[in-house]
Amino acid sequence: MFGRLTWAAIPFDQPIVIVTSGVVGAMLAAILLLVTVKGWWPYLWREWLTSVDHKRIGVMYMVLGLVMLVRGFSDAIMMRSQQALAVAGAAGYLPPEHYDQIFSAHGTIMIFFVAMPFVLGLMNFAVPLQLGVRDVAFPVLNSVSFWLTASGVLLVNLSLFVGEFARTGWLAYPPLSELAYSPGVGVDYYLWSLQISGLGTLLSGINLTTTILKLRAPGMGYSRMPIFCWTALASNLLIVAAFPVLTATFAMLLLDRYCDFHFFTTELGGNPMMYVNLIWIWGHPEVYILILPAFGVFSEVVATFSGKPLFGYRSMVVATMAICVLSFLVWLHHFFTMGAGADVNGFFGIATMIIAVPTGVKIFNWLFTLYGGKIRFSVPIYWTLGFMVTFVIGGMTGVMMAIPPADFVLHNSLFLIAHFHNTAIGGVVFGAMAGYTYWFPKAFGFKLNERLGKAVFWCWFIGFYLAFMPLYALGLMGATRRMQHYSNPEWQPFMLVALAGAVFILLGILLTVVQLVVSIRTRNQNRDLTGDPWNGRTLEWSIPSPPPAWNFALLPQVERTDAFWMAKQRPAALHESGAPKTYTSLHLPRSNPTGVLLAFCGTVLGFALIWRIWWLAALGLFGAILVALVQAWRTDQEILVPAAEVEAFERTSASRRSFA
Amino acid sequence: MRHAAGALFQRVPPVGGIGPKRVSSQHDSMEKHRCRVVLLTATVLLSSCRQGVLDPRGPVGTAERLMLYDATAIMLAVGVPVILLTLAFAWWFRAGNPYARYRPDWEYSGRIEMIIWSIPALVILFLGGIAWVGSHQLDPPRALKSNSPPLEVQVVSLDWQWLFIYPGQHVASLNHLVIPTSVPVRFSLTSTSVMNSFFIPQLGSQIYTMAGMTTQLNLQADHQGTYRGISAQFSGEGFADMRFDVDAVSGTGFQAWLSGVRASSQVLDAATFTQLASPSRAKGTATYADVSGDLFEAIAAGHPPAASTPLARH
Repeated sequence: MFGRLTWAAIPFDQPIVIVTSGVVGAMLAAILLLVTVKGWWPYLWREWLTSVDHKRIGVMYMVLGLVMLVRGFSDAIMMRSQQALAVAGAAGYLPPEHYDQIFSAHGTIMIFFVAMPFVLGLMNFAVPLQLGVRDVAFPVLNSVSFWLTASGVLLVNLSLFVGEFARTGWLAYPPLSELAYSPGVGVDYYLWSLQISGLGTLLSGINLTTTILKLRAPGMGYSRMPIFCWTALASNLLIVAAFPVLTATFAMLLLDRYCDFHFFTTELGGNPMMYVNLIWIWGHPEVYILILPAFGVFSEVVATFSGKPLFGYRSMVVATMAICVLSFLVWLHHFFTMGAGADVNGFFGIATMIIAVPTGVKIFNWLFTLYGGKIRFSVPIYWTLGFMVTFVIGGMTGVMMAIPPADFVLHNSLFLIAHFHNTAIGGVVFGAMAGYTYWFPKAFGFKLNERLGKAVFWCWFIGFYLAFMPLYALGLMGATRRMQHYSNPEWQPFMLVALAGAVFILLGILLTVVQLVVSIRTRNQNRDLTGDPWNGRTLEWSIPSPPPAWNFALLPQVERTDAFWMAKQRPAALHESGAPKTYTSLHLPRSNPTGVLLAFCGTVLGFALIWRIWWLAALGLFGAILVALVQAWRTDQEILVPAAEVEAFERTSASRRSFA
Repeated sequence: MRHAAGALFQRVPPVGGIGPKRVSSQHDSMEKHRCRVVLLTATVLLSSCRQGVLDPRGPVGTAERLMLYDATAIMLAVGVPVILLTLAFAWWFRAGNPYARYRPDWEYSGRIEMIIWSIPALVILFLGGIAWVGSHQLDPPRALKSNSPPLEVQVVSLDWQWLFIYPGQHVASLNHLVIPTSVPVRFSLTSTSVMNSFFIPQLGSQIYTMAGMTTQLNLQADHQGTYRGISAQFSGEGFADMRFDVDAVSGTGFQAWLSGVRASSQVLDAATFTQLASPSRAKGTATYADVSGDLFEAIAAGHPPAASTPLARH
């Protein structure tokens, strides 16, 4: 009846897990109770959960990322404290079977459910606004994408309380992840949650690619697109090209595990190394899927706060697209130590280094954007400067490991761990935080608290260096990754410093929450009435904060890059000067529950497949098909906003702006 | 190109005077204390470098360390100025600096563009050359130059042990590798189950061990001593204990060890092997005499001896 699901799946014997479950359960119950008591459900359902507005979806992605950052970080600090304790015979407090789940969950969550939601959230929110359009190409599909990601999140978190998570590392290399060596449900949780959320990501990639290619404000040719949109285009092209590889690879591993296939087993013709190749053919572009939009954020921030155009726009575009293409030619550098031979290793080593050229150019471009600027030291520029300093170090260690013989001694060491956290934290997290601070007033109509924002930055910045510089050193001392305990007592001081760094980062995360609460409470002092709190350059700053559902009442006319900056120099340039503004009625997509319902069915399906409850799986699949069919035959997909309402809104916001 | 990077800073801002140096006995003792702290830190750092990849004891590790140093030096030559320029530009062009010249429309300079594409390109051209040559010179299967013929060692990773077979000597050793110094060692490696990575940080290159496949690795120890060996690829529950000591001994010491092993009564037969291959945490060390010459080939081909089929004794 319930497949492999029995009471034994609940880890009653593990106090850490049970207490965590209790606390999380209580918090969830409290939130649900509050929402019910206050009667917020109709509002939440109508305005957020079923919303197909790209801005709302973007915000929900950011919230999801922030919540999961807390989860992923708890894993991180548990790992750091375990390694600070478990030296020379000491066992620490996490047994291997638990520790192995923690580092696997940490990597999986941080990449798929923190970094991806942050990046997708920023792109969803900002790209249509920067392009000067009213929504993404497929608004309902956008909601479906988000909710499928949320469904993956739900499954991953469920694994904490019901059953177990993978103990294989975040990429689940076979044969370790095959049924023979991982008979439990951990790998199944991993595979199904990533299959479901991966589908969402692919759909999101198609949606944003189409939006950028087909929907731009009149006059906005490719050479006039804001650089963030260029990086978003590159990132989404990579999603479209790379995520099907991930889905196919996981599908093969699933067939191995469920249907006794032998794609990646060690016997009957299977080849586990094919999995390693395939997963990195997705995995390396994934790195750039995450970092390119962060580069875009930094480009916008550095230009805005320097008060001048980005230096070398064309170089930046060329560099972005070069990285986009090159990222598919370097996957083998993740396993030089497989013994592929000198020519193969040499080729991939050089290809990897070549990526450093456009990346280096980008750094120089930001440098020369600062040059001659009038730099306002607000929070986003802190993150940007912190990124430039940190990322140069991460880039250098990356190029170092691109030399195959150097990688032979650094591969899988803590040096590698330090390197990719150097780029992931110094690049993606700093970029997400910069973007969050930068676009927050656009989304909510008030700025985040500056002083707390700077405190958050310093916590992360100092925390990063304390946590990861010791790991570089440990890697050179021969310390490898994923050790539940180690024998060399000389490593312990470094591990302790790294733990102190993690505590600083914890402080940074807590202060982020404090900053949010304080900023909401004091929002009336930080209102952005102009819609342009930073003296911005791109179109999103030309409309009120928060923008109306339709973003632009009249589509702007774009004549060059930095369209809004130019308009401010020459008022009325965005719209035909002199001509009276005539507003028309607007068709907007109606809120749509398809996404939520599909994700619900998807979660049921995933859970049933993980526990092999076949009748429930059939039910989930049937439900999903039904929801899709109903959506396909729905006719009332749009609401009409009358011209008078649009005009009234525009007038009020214009008068608000003249008061500001 | 009016505003080339040549005229970076137009004017030097006023600089405050430097106060007189405070000298006192208390200061002296603090200085001494600080010296001690610095010394202590330096000692910790230095001693920590021991046993790592920066303290190589053989030709492969030494060549790889040189590559690390070369690459670091070349990149620091660009990286450090970039970091300093970032901080300098950000500080000088701060909004409150009346001496900095604001150029609100400056966005292009062909000459600077050429330089910023050239600098990373030249660095990469140089490092790419190092990578290509190094990748060939230090290719793991490549035999090391030496006057002595190489010692053959076959490595099998088990869950979670290391088995070292000396086919020429017909002996085997569990979780303990003994090699003579100044003699190249030619490793052939495979795995009975999941993937591991065979790594002795002080001797250099690591390489994967994979079931059903054989990889090759050549290493050499130039100095006597005991070095740590590890698995550098996560392989499951017993992974952290998958360590082994490597004893690099003199030629006579190696012969002595061999005769000791040959005298031991333990034999690596099918039953013993099956017991070794069954998953368990590190079992400590053991040595085996009279090991079949084709045991490794059988394992690598995916047909490890099963308990029911007796091993053909050599």
